[in-house]
Amino acid sequence: MRTLIFRTVAPYLSSLMVLFSIFVLLRGHNEPGGGFIGGLIAASAFAIYGVACGVSPVRRALHYHPMGISGAGLLMASIAGLVSIFAGVPFMTGLWFYVPAFGTELKLSTVLLFDIGVYLVVVGSITSIALALEERTED
Amino acid sequence: MVSDTPSTTLFVLLLPFIAALIAPALTRRLGHNAAWVLALVPVTIFWHFATFLPEISRGEVVTGGFQWIPAFQVNFSWFIDGLSLTFALLISGIGVLIVLYSGGYLKGHAHLGRFFSFILMFMGSMLGLVASDSFLMFFVFWELTSITSFLLIGFDHKREASRRAALQALVVTGGGGLFLLAGLLMIWNITGISELSLLLLSGSPLADSPFYIAVFVLVLGGAFTKSAQFPLHFWLPNAMEAPTPVSAYLHSATMVKAGVYLLMRLNPVLGDTVAWETVLPIFGGTTLIVGTLLAIRQTDLKLMLAYTTVSSLGLLVMLTGFGTEKAIAAAVLYLVAHSMFKGALFMVAGCIDHEAGTRDVTKLGGLMAAMPITFAAALASAVSMAGLPPFFGFLAKEEIYYGLWGVDAWPLLLTLVAIVGNGLMFVIGFAVALKPFFGQKKPELSHAHEGPVLLWLGPAVLALASLFTALFSGVSHEFISIPMASAVQGEPVSVYISLIPHIGMPLLLSGVTVAFGIVAYLNVDRLRAVMARLLVAIGWGPDRGFDQFIRGLVLASFSITKVAQPGRMEIYMRVTFILVIIAILAPMIFFGELPALPTWPSDPPFYELAVYELAIMAIAAVGLVAVIYANNRLTAIVSLGIQGFAVALLFMLFGAPDLSFTQFMVETLSVVILALAMTRLKLTPADHRPVGRRYLDMTIACFGAGAFMLMLLKVTQQPFDLTLSEFFTTYSLSVAYGANIVNVILVDFRGTDTWGEIGVVMVAGLAILSLIRINKRRAAYIAANDPYQEERE
Repeated sequence: MRTLIFRTVAPYLSSLMVLFSIFVLLRGHNEPGGGFIGGLIAASAFAIYGVACGVSPVRRALHYHPMGISGAGLLMASIAGLVSIFAGVPFMTGLWFYVPAFGTELKLSTVLLFDIGVYLVVVGSITSIALALEERTED
Repeated sequence: MVSDTPSTTLFVLLLPFIAALIAPALTRRLGHNAAWVLALVPVTIFWHFATFLPEISRGEVVTGGFQWIPAFQVNFSWFIDGLSLTFALLISGIGVLIVLYSGGYLKGHAHLGRFFSFILMFMGSMLGLVASDSFLMFFVFWELTSITSFLLIGFDHKREASRRAALQALVVTGGGGLFLLAGLLMIWNITGISELSLLLLSGSPLADSPFYIAVFVLVLGGAFTKSAQFPLHFWLPNAMEAPTPVSAYLHSATMVKAGVYLLMRLNPVLGDTVAWETVLPIFGGTTLIVGTLLAIRQTDLKLMLAYTTVSSLGLLVMLTGFGTEKAIAAAVLYLVAHSMFKGALFMVAGCIDHEAGTRDVTKLGGLMAAMPITFAAALASAVSMAGLPPFFGFLAKEEIYYGLWGVDAWPLLLTLVAIVGNGLMFVIGFAVALKPFFGQKKPELSHAHEGPVLLWLGPAVLALASLFTALFSGVSHEFISIPMASAVQGEPVSVYISLIPHIGMPLLLSGVTVAFGIVAYLNVDRLRAVMARLLVAIGWGPDRGFDQFIRGLVLASFSITKVAQPGRMEIYMRVTFILVIIAILAPMIFFGELPALPTWPSDPPFYELAVYELAIMAIAAVGLVAVIYANNRLTAIVSLGIQGFAVALLFMLFGAPDLSFTQFMVETLSVVILALAMTRLKLTPADHRPVGRRYLDMTIACFGAGAFMLMLLKVTQQPFDLTLSEFFTTYSLSVAYGANIVNVILVDFRGTDTWGEIGVVMVAGLAILSLIRINKRRAAYIAANDPYQEERE
């Protein structure tokens, strides 16, 4: 599958897809999108890059083991849930903060943190499966 | 009733667990001297419980607690009366000595910190067990003692014998715990009471209940496994694989007495029935005799002591079952005496082992000059064990004969059993205390000398305690024996025996016991040889039975697995699909729930479909045909993707952008991943199934398709409930500040669900990863190390 065209296009395609996945993740609360689908897009991006250019460039680019990213996501999502306990409301209640920045108002929330957690879990798990399958260690 | 300051008692109950957390760090800092610091924990506990003594001796009880699960009336509550208090004092008091002794015995051990942790947790579990009032708390601590003792017995986890003993103890006592759980639930069900203190006040609804026998059997299942009654006694001697401090603790104060505690605790509500007064003495008496006979057979100091613990527990069960006021008093006295002398003797055995390097009684001798303090403690404890004055064991033994003696057949029989048992225990006690110290000193023992203070402190203190409790029996009865015996009996009991014995028959029986003991002691080698021959002749025991049981269990699992999991993917798939089809179709057909079928061509009107909708359907159909006619797997996978994309497009057209979006990505990824997975397999170009099999699979596929179609039709024909949709449309923006309902549901309204799901995603990812990573070398290694392979073949 490592044709010249594919190999040339893959880096650009993958970076665009990752960018797009973040866009999809962040718009998810009001428009179609969200952590799960964003994660799937990013995972496809890494899978495509891996198919085109081999696994080790992907691993180098990711820097952390994909499963580690997944674990960080789960931790993040859990923290997002736990924060509400310390705020005195039931577990997993969304908390919102409005931060003025760059002349506009940033809407931050534990819900967003949770969604990013979901994103990371999906990216990490699917990517690690795909990469492991591509590696073919035993032969 | 006196209610205490709840937070203090709760703190005391939690203290051992807190200490267990810091013990490893502390031990790293202080080495074996951490024992001195950690011993403060049981000291504190002992002190706390000792403050209850005046109230308890006045016949009051201490209760307290918190609500745990109020909806089910489950509380975290404690209840301390004479029985609990005696146990709590024994656990914490002997606990102090054991912690100190551990520091000396395991000095320099690499995992000393871990050991302290385990033993403190064990102490906490046992303490919680005796202090518990609510059934659930009682059960939780009951199982915790099993688990922590598993950790302790298997402490030396590199030895196979240790691991086996630990597992055996866990299987037996944990299994018994399940009986107990069922028994407690039944009691709860019958009486509607979930607290021991209330149960004891409730009179006798249990004994009159038609379910009494079931409750009785279940409770005995728990008590007999925990207290190692014959024929479930085998795990206890095997538990000797644990380091000696554990054995001393387990046998003197804690775990193995938990079963006796349970029986004593429930004596007022379950006792006083024919079943109770028959079954308990029979099992107890048998255990007493079997235990002592097996003890005679042993040459290892610890094993000799272990088997006598079995028999002592039998004696306690027998006395509890006998059920008269005097017998209960005897059981109480004996329990306290046993805790002191058995704890001391185990520690002595450990000292000898530690200094001389062996525990085999035939290899020991002449240590008296080298280890005078240990010898003194051993001798004092053996005298107590033999039931001779001026030690507490004497009081206990006199009371036993006083309690049991009668001229009817049944008391006579039990008295006889007690005489034989006591006489043989006399032999073992002195064998442990005298044989290693007298006689010719073996040359290989020349380096043996008195151990450090941490080692001899425990036995010495216990021996002195045994002496002083007997000398000042008035005080010990007032604070310990009388409240405890009253609690067991359920009504005030007086205990007045002192070093002045019950003149008459009991004293005469004591004389007989001592005479029998001396004769047996002089012939102990001959007896041992007889027992050894006898055991060889029998050739089978419950211990081996346990192995056979486990082996049988494993083999049975293998044969069931062989049928249920034959390992052929095709069969799994076929069975799964057939079952799914049956599950869908059977209810529809048998309950007349088949959907109204659309009439073709007017309903749905095909001509109303837009061109692009028809086009998408055509794409899906093309994809399907391509799958069927694909001549290799890769093509089939990609063709299946076509079909999936078409479905995603349909979702898009009918107003579910999120779903369609996700479907697109899932399709893409599944094609990529399937293709990657398939390239690792051998891509056989053609289908190698025989023709008949193909038609079978095709039939299943058609039926599956039909079933799903019918189900979807049926679903869409149901009236649509809009409650939830309306709820989410209304509140999505105003409550969760999000316009995208799907995402708001996922991350906000049902966030905890999603949280669980991503956990599943991650675990599934890990599982797949590890499956992929099993390479040929690992697989070969696993196959080569399969312990049951030969038996399967």
